[in-house]
Amino acid sequence: MKAIEDGFRPATHRRSHVSVRTMEHIRALIVDDSSVMRKIVERSLRQAGVELDKVVEAGNGAEALAALGKEPVDLILCDINMPVMDGLEFVKQLPTVENAKGVPVVMITTEGSENHVVQALSAGAKGYIRKPFTPEQVKEHVLPVVGRKS
Amino acid sequence: MSTDTSLLTRSHQENWLPVLELAIEEVFEIMVGQRVKPAPKTESPQPGGFTAMVGIAGALCGILTISCSKKTAREVAVCMLGPEIGDSEEQVSDALGEVCNMIAGNFKNKLSSASQSCMLSVPTVIKGEEYSYRSLADGEVLDTVMLFSDAPLLVCLQLHS
Repeated sequence: MKAIEDGFRPATHRRSHVSVRTMEHIRALIVDDSSVMRKIVERSLRQAGVELDKVVEAGNGAEALAALGKEPVDLILCDINMPVMDGLEFVKQLPTVENAKGVPVVMITTEGSENHVVQALSAGAKGYIRKPFTPEQVKEHVLPVVGRKS
Repeated sequence: MSTDTSLLTRSHQENWLPVLELAIEEVFEIMVGQRVKPAPKTESPQPGGFTAMVGIAGALCGILTISCSKKTAREVAVCMLGPEIGDSEEQVSDALGEVCNMIAGNFKNKLSSASQSCMLSVPTVIKGEEYSYRSLADGEVLDTVMLFSDAPLLVCLQLHS
């Protein structure tokens, strides 16, 4: 599956409600059990040209759902392998959170199998990036889902 | 746990060490921003450092570990996060654990059949002056020493037969 080898990018990128906000005011939720990886993802987003107004961090899916209940975000980047609630379960539960409806989710994970990609997309993810990743890959996969050309 | 015998057979028949070393080199170059290169096995980390480990389960069972001195582990973390980490051992542990996780994932993704049918555990990191660990994985052992800024990193993949 070529998409797996190259890193996944969906054939069509549905614009989310992010388009009603300017790119200068993106609020991102980064979900990863590694604080190091959360910082690296944030740095990569900035290097990709996403000007972040606010970054909310969560260590697992349950924390992320709780955070979304308190404040809305425009973009979610999420790991898969996490304790308590993994990324796939988090994406499945996302539609139950009022603040999260229509918010694009991009998975960033070491799990690069076709099964994981299919599960993530079926659950509602809009993109899939495999670790290790370059800022260019983040740019290629994230900008389209927030309504910008990469 | 049932295992995929074709993968186990392949682990005996094929030389996976270059695949593991390539997975390590890619992770360090892309995510740490530093190149590493294989070194003679006479090089070994100083005792009293860090060991990060990630379990592999499924068609391939085993454990991947990466061990290095405290100084080297901190240098890896500084390369990933910048000097502002100070003396935070939590950040150092987290960084080394994530490096181990990415090496395990990158390695299994390079073995197409393993990628489809293997899961990785959340990383565990041991630190301290005096410790030892023993894996019950009793099959093939792939180990290599890589030089990071002239300091040795020992990476070991122990497979369950």
